[in-house]
Parts: sequence; C-alpha cells; structure tokens
Amino acid sequence: MTTIEKTNPAGNPAAADTAPLLEVRDLHVEFVTREGVAQAVNGVNYSVSAGETLAVLGESGSGKSVTAQTIMGILDMPPGRIAKGEILYRGEDMLKMSTEQRRRIRGQKIAMIFQDALSSLNPVLTVGYQLGEMFRVHQGMSKKDARAKAVELMDRVRIPAAKERVDQYPHQFSGGMRQRIMIAMALALEPDLIIADEPTTALDVTVQAQVMDLLAELQREYHMGLILITHDLGVVADVADKIAVMYAGRIVETAPVHQLYKNPAHPYTKGLLQSIPRLDQKGQELYAIKGLPPNLLRIPSGCAFNPRCEMAQDVCRTDVPALHRVTDADGAELVGRGSACHFWKETLRG
Amino acid sequence: MGRYVARRLLQMIPVFLGTTFLVFMMVYSLPGDPIKAMFGDHAADPATVAHLKHQYHLDMPWWQHYPLYVWQLLHGDLGQTFGGVDVSQVLSQAFPVTIRLALLAFVIEIVVGLGLGLLAGLRRGKVADKLVLVFTLLVISVPVFVIGYICSTVFGITLAWTTPTVQDSNNLGQLLLPAFVLASLSLAYVARLTRTSLVENVRADYMRTAMAKGLPRRRIIVNHLLRNSLIPVVTFLGTDLGALMGGAIVTEGIFNVQGVGNALYRAIRASEGPTVVGIVSVLVIVYLISSLLVDLLYAVLDPRIRYA
Ligand SMILES: Nc1ncnc2c1ncn2[C@@H]1O[C@H](COP(=O)(O)OP(=O)(O)O)[C@@H](O)[C@H]1O
Ligand code: SF4
Ligand SMILES: [Mg+2]
Repeated sequence: MTTIEKTNPAGNPAAADTAPLLEVRDLHVEFVTREGVAQAVNGVNYSVSAGETLAVLGESGSGKSVTAQTIMGILDMPPGRIAKGEILYRGEDMLKMSTEQRRRIRGQKIAMIFQDALSSLNPVLTVGYQLGEMFRVHQGMSKKDARAKAVELMDRVRIPAAKERVDQYPHQFSGGMRQRIMIAMALALEPDLIIADEPTTALDVTVQAQVMDLLAELQREYHMGLILITHDLGVVADVADKIAVMYAGRIVETAPVHQLYKNPAHPYTKGLLQSIPRLDQKGQELYAIKGLPPNLLRIPSGCAFNPRCEMAQDVCRTDVPALHRVTDADGAELVGRGSACHFWKETLRG
Repeated sequence: MGRYVARRLLQMIPVFLGTTFLVFMMVYSLPGDPIKAMFGDHAADPATVAHLKHQYHLDMPWWQHYPLYVWQLLHGDLGQTFGGVDVSQVLSQAFPVTIRLALLAFVIEIVVGLGLGLLAGLRRGKVADKLVLVFTLLVISVPVFVIGYICSTVFGITLAWTTPTVQDSNNLGQLLLPAFVLASLSLAYVARLTRTSLVENVRADYMRTAMAKGLPRRRIIVNHLLRNSLIPVVTFLGTDLGALMGGAIVTEGIFNVQGVGNALYRAIRASEGPTVVGIVSVLVIVYLISSLLVDLLYAVLDPRIRYA
C-alpha cells in the first residue's frame, strides 16, 4: 500500500481543520419489530473533520451501518426510529432540517459508498446514466454534458477505456471496477464527506488494496472527511487517523489509530486485536472472543460486553461504564482517547 | 439476436405441425358421421353421401388426408365448411370480432390492473392496499363464467346500462362489458404481480443508493423503482395477450358475441374438421408469435438477459 500523508497524525481534534464537519451526538436508533424494540444504536458520539479519516470498527450487528444510514437520512422508517440525538453538519442539526434541505445535502455534501456494488447499482441503467444523473439532478446539466462528465469521472477512478464502457451496464464490469464506479458516483459532486460502509468487504483480496488505496488517495486530494466502516482491523491501519470501536450500538473505545493498535484500553478492542491472523503465529489456532454479540432486544445490564469479558467484575453487571478519558501512567491525558470500561486502567497497563 | 430469432422461428414449424396434427386427429376421432348428420332424419342418398365424402376427403385414411390438408394449407387453402363456405371466410368474419374483444380487454387489463397494483404497492399496508388485495382475491377465486353471468345480470338487466348479451358484435360500446369480464382474471394477476414486484424492489440496495444520491422522490420512483419493477409485469402482459384470445371463447359464449369462440363451438358441434383445425391453427400461431415477441421485449427491458 502507498503510505498516506495524515492531516492529523496525532489524532488530535484540535490539530485538524478547526470545527468538525460532522458531529454525531448521543444518537439512539431503534427498530420496532414483532418481537419487541431492538436497540441498534445506543448513544453514539463521534466526529470527523475535513481531511480526516475516522474508522468505525466492530463486529457485524454492532450498529455501524445503522448509524451511517441515519447520518445519510436513508434509514428505513418504519421500522427504524430515531429515539434521541443530534447529527450536526457544519454545526447545524440535520435531524431538524426539512426533507428538501436534507436531500440537497445527500450526494452533494455527504456521499455514501456501499458494500455490495453489484446490488447497489441499478441493474437496468447504464453506468454512464447513473453517474450522469448526479449532474443532471443537482446541477441541471444536459444529458450530453452529463455523459461527458461520467466519462471524466470513470477516468478519474482509473477505469480503463472509459469512453467505450460508459454505456455498459453494471453486470458487465468486474467487482473491483464496479466499486470504482460507486466511488466515482460518490465523488461526482466533490462532497465534503464520504461514508464508506465496508467498501472492500465484497471484493477479492487482490483488489481490496487497490480500491482502498484509490479511496485514500482521492480523499487526500479532495481534502474530504472520510468515515470508513469496517469489521476488518487490517484494512484501517494504513488509512485511518482515528478509530471508534463499536459494540452493541455503543462506542466502547476511541483512539488515534497507532495508539489503539499498540495499547488498547478496552477488553473488547484487545480481543479484536488478538483475533487478527499474524505471520509469527502461523499454525496456531486463531484467537476468537468467546460468546456472541448480544441480542439487541435484551442488551445485558451494566456493560453490554460483560457476559463475554474475561475481566468482568460485579460492578460490570450493574453499572453502565461511561466513556472515560484515558490518561497515561503519569496522569497526563491522552488526547482523543476514551474507553467505556470500568477497568480501563488495568486493561491499558495490564 | 438475429440467429436467436431465426432459431425460434424454425422451432415454430414442428410445434405448428404437432398441434395441427393433434387437433386434426381429435376431430377425426369424434364419434358420429358428420355427413350423415347433415341430412338429419332424412334418409341419405348413398350416391350423394359418397360424393360428399369424396369432396371433403373423408373417404381417405388420416395418413393421406392430413398431408393433403397441410399441403393445401401451405397454398393458402383452408378448405370449406360443409355448408360450402370457405373456412378462410369464416375466419375473416370471426377473428376481427375476437381480436377487438381481446384488445379491449387488454387495454382494460393494463389500465386497471397496473393502476391497482401501483396504488397497492406504493401505499403498502394502507387501506387502499388491503382493498386491492381483497378485490383481487375475490376475482381470482370466482370462476369467470360466474363473474360473467353476475355482470350480465347486474349491468344488463338490473341496472340496464347495457344489454345482457351483445346484439351487434362490431359495436365497441356493447363489447365493453364482455371485455371487462374477459379481463377480470388477468387484471387481478397484473395488480398482484405489480404490487409484489414493487414491494420487492423498494427494499433493493439500488433504491438505497438512489436515495443516497439525493434524487427527488419522483425520480427515484419512476426512473429507478418502476423501471425495474415493471419488467416482470410487461412480460406477463405479453404472454397474456395470447391467453386472452383463448379466454375470449368462454366470454363470447356468455355474451353471445359472434367471434372465434362461437364459430369454433359450432364447428365442433358439426364435426367440421377443416374449420376447427383452421381456427386452432391461427390461435396457435398468434400464441407462438406473441411469446417470441415477449422474449425479445424482455431482452430489451432487462440488459442482463441476452439471447445468443
Ligand atoms: N431494517 C431493519 N429492520 C430491523 N432491524 C434492523 C434493520 N436494519 C438493521 N437492523 C438491526 O440493527 C442492528 C445493527 O445493524 P447494522 O448497523 O447493520 O450492523 P453493522 O454494524 O454490521 O453494520 C442489527 O442487529 C439489525 O438486527
Ligand atoms: S466494564 Fe467490565 S465487563 Fe465491560 S469491558 Fe470493562 S471489564 Fe469488561
Ligand atoms: Mg454493516
């Protein structure tokens, strides 16, 4: 992978471009189902600034996508319901905006890339049409000009023979090329922020790195904010500035990327790191966190992770841990670090 | 594509020969002697009977008669009825009526069926949706001839908006009620298919993308949702055009429409082989061609389908 120049190597919010582009505050999202109310997101807080990459990490079902969909305003409502919270875009709460105001932000200011490019592209429309649609709808461009723009975008994401392929359909492209088209579509109107929800998960291992590199390169070039959602710790190390780890709809740890790898402050993060396959442990059985993620209809009381945690004490079963500020051995605050664990000190130093 | 069409056209030859042969044999094996029946209770002059039998080739065994029939067919000669009228003339009188009835039903099927389906699908779970579900269930579960008699009684006699049976088979206004009855079952299917397809596609990933692109709602529905959802509906409509022609036979009976159904019914009663085979052959050809057109239409609508 190419090395990426970080706007914010220390992960210090103050070092990034002044105010955050996007700030999620105490977001709660639930789904009303036949069996009851599933609490998918339970008080998420995170922020991204221009030029910054936030990686959101967590097992499947931890609420990463639901949070992203809520930010985009594309959550299925019903069954979804935003119970509480604010989503500030440049300081203004998007949840209080009119439908039309939000629509204008979507695609133009905040764009999204999905996991499965094949199903996310419309099967019966040409890629040129789908790319050009951005310009036609948001900028009132003519069909002909929009098509030319589409070719330009395809070139931009390095799709070979863009001019010939612009009138082809999604199924005529390979998986990697399709994801490039999704990236091109997100990039079309040069948004401030891109949310990429597992953009490489559905791809062959060989093209994963290429697509990730392209995304990181374009982000740097356009100085956009990037929220990179993934369950793959290996992907984020090279591209992210900071990481937010999610568990059962909560952020359980936040940290600048390298600090988190070196020295996690939450037992769940520790478990995730241990479960990455490593060359020096070849042949050994891979570590896996025991147990399963909780049923969102009945999230355990206290710390949601307690049934699976090797360090759990009585207090963990009764008291919900707040996101504690993490300090080093001398008591100095580690900027940008937080851990929602009663025993973060022991975890950090143990 | 050209090769595919050519192959499909070639495939029609054995299908056509097979169906005409089957129908031919069925008429041949009907009990009774059609020539004797022409004389009713009168004693038939054996010389005349022999002459007529020879004229209609009924003195030949079937393995001579059928090739002769096909040979004449290829020369555009469909034969004659026992009354001495050219079968082609019978067809040219009956088919326009049935085609008119079927097309009218087709239009009703599209307008009402699609309309109800869109209403239900776009207002899923609302009152309109539930009403459409109940209505279509009713139409699907009640046999067509029952619907026909009810409509004929209610609109033709009780309300007297129209006549209970059709007096003039060339009058579109009078054909409206039979066309509605003929369309009823297909219309219910179209409504349900449209609704199901819409509901499936609303949840599709590409719809989420369309929303994330900040497209206006109208555009998302028309250019993305409908463009995908209507593919199976259009395909169904295509195959149904052929089925409507066949279904017209029952409806024509109820409303006394002088179309193909009536002609066929009379021909079967009189064991008029050439007329029966002629009518059925034309119906088979209509069906084969319309299903080929549907396949081609499908490939145009869905770029993922390519015939080679
Ligand atoms: N449309 C929906 N209806 C009901 N439940 C949903 C829906 N979308 C998501 N959920 C629930 O929300 C939880 C979080 O999902 P998601 O955010 O997709 O997880 P992930 O972290 O893997 O992206 C899941 O357990 C799922 O059951
Ligand atoms: S709060 Fe307790 S249960 Fe939760 S992670 Fe920390 S030690 Fe484990
Ligand atoms: Mg997800």
